[in-house]
Amino acid sequence: MYKIILWRLGQGLLTLFLASVIIFAATEILPGDVAEAILGQSRTEEALATLREEMGLNRPALVRYLDWLNGLLTGDLGTSLATKRPVADMIESRLWNTVRLALLAAAISVPLSLSLGLWAAMRAGGRIDKTLAVSTLALIAVPEFFIGLVLMKLFAVELKWLSATANTRPYYDFWDNFRALALPVATLSFAVLAHMMRMTRSSVINIFTSPYLEMAALKGLPKRHLVLRHALPNALSPILTVIALNLSYMVSGVIIVETVFGVPGLTRLLIDGVTLRDIPLIQACAMIFGSVYILLNLLADVLSIMSNPRLRYPK
Amino acid sequence: MNTILTIKNLRVEGRPPGGAYVPIVRDVSLSVKKGEVLALIGESGSGKSTISLTAMGFARPGCRIAKGEVWLNGRDIMQIPPAERHALRGDEVSYVAQSAAASFNPALRIGRQVIEAPLWHGRADASSLTQQAKTLYRKLDLPNPDTIGDRFPHQVSGGQLQRLMAAMAMSCSPDLLILDEPTTALDVTTQVEVLKAFKGIIHDQGTAAIYVTHDLAVVAQVADRILVLKNGEIVEEGATEQILHEPQHDYTKTLMAAVRPAPHLLPQPAPAAETPPPVLSARNVTAAYGAVTILHDVSVDVPKGSVVGVIGESGSGKSTLARVIAGLTPLKKGTVTLEGQTLPHNVKDRGRQTLQDCQIVFQMADTALNPRQRIRDILGRPLEFYKGLKGQKRSERIAELLELVDLPPSFASRYPGELSGGQKQRVNLARALAAEPKVILCDEVTSALDTVVAAGVIELLKSLRDRLGISYIFISHDLSTIADFADQIVVMQEGRVVDQGPAEQVFRPPYHPYTKLLLTSVPKMRQGWLEEVQAGRDATPSHLVQG
Amino acid sequence: MSDTPDVSIQQTSTLSRLRLTWTAAIAGFILLIWILLAVVGPWIAPHGEAEIISPQTFAPIGEGGILGTDKLGRDVLSRLIYGVRTTLSLALITTIITFVFGVALGFAAAILKGGFDIVVSRIVEAFMAFPSTMLALVVIGAFGTSQTVLVLTVGLVMSTSVFRVSRALGYDIGVMDFVEAARARGEGTWWILTREILPNCMAPLIAEFGLRFTFSILFLSGLSFLGLGVQEPAADWGLMVQENVGGLFLGSSAALIPAACIASLTVSMNLLVDWFQQRQQGETVLEKIDE
Repeated sequence: MYKIILWRLGQGLLTLFLASVIIFAATEILPGDVAEAILGQSRTEEALATLREEMGLNRPALVRYLDWLNGLLTGDLGTSLATKRPVADMIESRLWNTVRLALLAAAISVPLSLSLGLWAAMRAGGRIDKTLAVSTLALIAVPEFFIGLVLMKLFAVELKWLSATANTRPYYDFWDNFRALALPVATLSFAVLAHMMRMTRSSVINIFTSPYLEMAALKGLPKRHLVLRHALPNALSPILTVIALNLSYMVSGVIIVETVFGVPGLTRLLIDGVTLRDIPLIQACAMIFGSVYILLNLLADVLSIMSNPRLRYPK
Repeated sequence: MNTILTIKNLRVEGRPPGGAYVPIVRDVSLSVKKGEVLALIGESGSGKSTISLTAMGFARPGCRIAKGEVWLNGRDIMQIPPAERHALRGDEVSYVAQSAAASFNPALRIGRQVIEAPLWHGRADASSLTQQAKTLYRKLDLPNPDTIGDRFPHQVSGGQLQRLMAAMAMSCSPDLLILDEPTTALDVTTQVEVLKAFKGIIHDQGTAAIYVTHDLAVVAQVADRILVLKNGEIVEEGATEQILHEPQHDYTKTLMAAVRPAPHLLPQPAPAAETPPPVLSARNVTAAYGAVTILHDVSVDVPKGSVVGVIGESGSGKSTLARVIAGLTPLKKGTVTLEGQTLPHNVKDRGRQTLQDCQIVFQMADTALNPRQRIRDILGRPLEFYKGLKGQKRSERIAELLELVDLPPSFASRYPGELSGGQKQRVNLARALAAEPKVILCDEVTSALDTVVAAGVIELLKSLRDRLGISYIFISHDLSTIADFADQIVVMQEGRVVDQGPAEQVFRPPYHPYTKLLLTSVPKMRQGWLEEVQAGRDATPSHLVQG
Repeated sequence: MSDTPDVSIQQTSTLSRLRLTWTAAIAGFILLIWILLAVVGPWIAPHGEAEIISPQTFAPIGEGGILGTDKLGRDVLSRLIYGVRTTLSLALITTIITFVFGVALGFAAAILKGGFDIVVSRIVEAFMAFPSTMLALVVIGAFGTSQTVLVLTVGLVMSTSVFRVSRALGYDIGVMDFVEAARARGEGTWWILTREILPNCMAPLIAEFGLRFTFSILFLSGLSFLGLGVQEPAADWGLMVQENVGGLFLGSSAALIPAACIASLTVSMNLLVDWFQQRQQGETVLEKIDE
């Protein structure tokens, strides 16, 4: 088992490395001359030369890549083209806003979706299950900005209970913070809740087509016991994968939510970077989000390897 | 005497996903007394498994009990609330499924699963139930009875799991035990042990039992009474003696006639004056999937116009041999020659003539025919591919082929899904015949078929050999079929050929020890055989049994 | 041994054979309406795509236009009708790109196996190790925004999952006996792919197409909403939301209406795909316990 885990960890490292290659290639090699691409129509030869010099574009791509990678590993994320400030500083001031949003949403959506999913599975075919099935199916397809705007219209514009902007201040007390964060956290949770719940349910229900669940059912065990004791341990691996997938999906969800509620977070920084074509900023943000995504998937895989009795107790 | 179960006028209906309900069991009534074993026999689709489950008031997904009474221990369980009925399962009635490997939850320890039912039904506490389970393990001759319960299902062998499932079913001391083809998935040598274990435990506890099977020889060993079923209806009912030796109904007689006698009791064909030259031969073949070697140095010759039977248990590498000869699995060492010509290893490198001369027929006709092609296209493609037949000529030849395998020409416009299992297997054969090959590799072609249908397919193969002079490699785990059909026998075990020769030599004393083990393991249609073979085994030195 | 009923379903009218549920029927109806509007939109829209019809910006429903006006005083209804064409056609082109790449590479990997499969699978895995939105943002950041870049980027980013699905399908069906039989007959790769494997993958591929189509609508309108997708003055639903968010506090529904329209489109599509998939499934043991 340890061999498999080590091998998987090695794979994770390799993926991280490949991710850095993809980001670098997509931003600095694919567009051809980056300086020309950034300056667009309004370029002058002089400006081009300055930018090339500034970005070190006169050196070969491999050297630039290694230099950039070295910077990543030592914490030097380069200098923003737009603000001329170190990218690391810009990110540092924004990071917590995004992390807090994601953590809160995860803390709400993971336990809620797991229990709802199992609950639906226990009542498979019943009215509750069918209602949940149709409503989650619909919810999955609803764009996050629609959920966000509806919540905002309802609770911030009409009822005025909650705040439409998620700006928090250091002097805020608990209720102020709650009012500021409730809507973005709820929107983000909704986005992943439905999907996680459905996948939990279907992972469990899938197991119910196997002969060993028919066997367990014919022992006269109650449904609760069948779902929790017999189906769940076998559905752990797909459920873990789904959780990881959805937590990493939050990365995309967060982008929309931060825009809707004006959260001064990391993804706003990235969007600004993309709009202004601030290459070093884009590279750094993409690498951070990519790493989180890769690490989450890695964690899910390692956990599901550890939960597999075939691997834990070899013959 | 006290009757445990009575089923009256049972009607079960089933439906395909989204379709309408149609009856699959009609007007069935039966009863089982304490200590009695009632066997339900019939071919697939006869409803025997469905009926057995209704003894628990249970219908499989897609089915429903439409009508009828199920009296268990004096009350009609179809009239009590679902929750109460569910509580009877695993308490008064318990169930043994066909495949233990699939019926044990892979994520839970065996011991917990064994005692789960009585624990839930509040029979006793966990520790005393575990003690009782250990006693059961001992009775069932399981190795390490004190620790085997702590293991996971993947850590024990298939035969042991099947016996553990018996322990699981008996742990609640049920009044009625339902056994649904409990030995069908096992190899023939393992089957004997498991059968003995089941019989012993039913006898010891005096439990009433319903034993579902399609294998008459197995029935002869365990049943007191037999119920013969066809298409969801009872055809004949009687004591085991009577059904086996004086069947009344025509269908029962057909069933009995389709059973082949034991291999060494068959009259063997007189040995040919001289063996004809081999049309196909495999020499010193070694093949592997990755690091696992499947075939070790196997050599087989197929003389012209003869049948070479390859027998062996699952995992003996017999199917791999066919795939290697067909070029579907790469071989590591050795050569395959067809009419003296050495064949390239990979099917892609072989010439069209070679491909045409050597055809392979797969076991499962269900998966061997493309469900999205009509029979016309399935048979027409090799005609077009090998012989360039088109249009009218092609249609005529398709009709001829269908006639050759005893199917009406109108089948040409059907899809495989509209055919029965036996019909599909005939189309499967016809496709190979379309190429007019010299050799056909038959990989377990009768294993998935019911006895009567399989007998028909074998007759067809024989007549094709006699009429067209086709040679076969016939792979099977069923000794009786092979003995009846093959001229040459190859016995395989764990990827090696352990015994080889003309049929009259292999199936006559002196036997090779492994061949003997296989031969003595095939259940006979005689009551009391199980006890005899057990006595014989106990007398045989164990190194012979090990093979 | 299972005694599954072997029954052929009785032939009735086409409509009842579809076995439509009421959710699927409604979803199908909504989709049909939108598709119809996308075709005939320009002829029935009361005003032009970018025509300013009223000095009043963010006019509420009923004033100005039927559905009010947007931040520049343009007719929301007209922009909505023009927008469905942009939204649907971009999503369709994107999904087609996704499928052409994904299916071709996926089946190629499943059939050719060996080195080709390993190399392509590794590359796809590396791309999948990224949140898809992030990947799209990086590319858009490097190349700038234009409809070509948008459609190609989103199409390629999404094709990784289609690759996975078709590769798995190809592998599953490729080892079935009837494919082996074709191989043993000596059939070429092209025959095996087009005659043996593809016809047996149609149902899951159609379902995947539906899902990808939904996803590409969400993806593209998400990008438009961020201001990185379709650019003004073109009308696109995602873009309309972005333009008019500010009006939310002025009591205008100009942002909510296009957002709801996107939701109606994607939800309908999703319900329809689910109906298509559910048709092939039966019940489970769990449902039998209470009977």
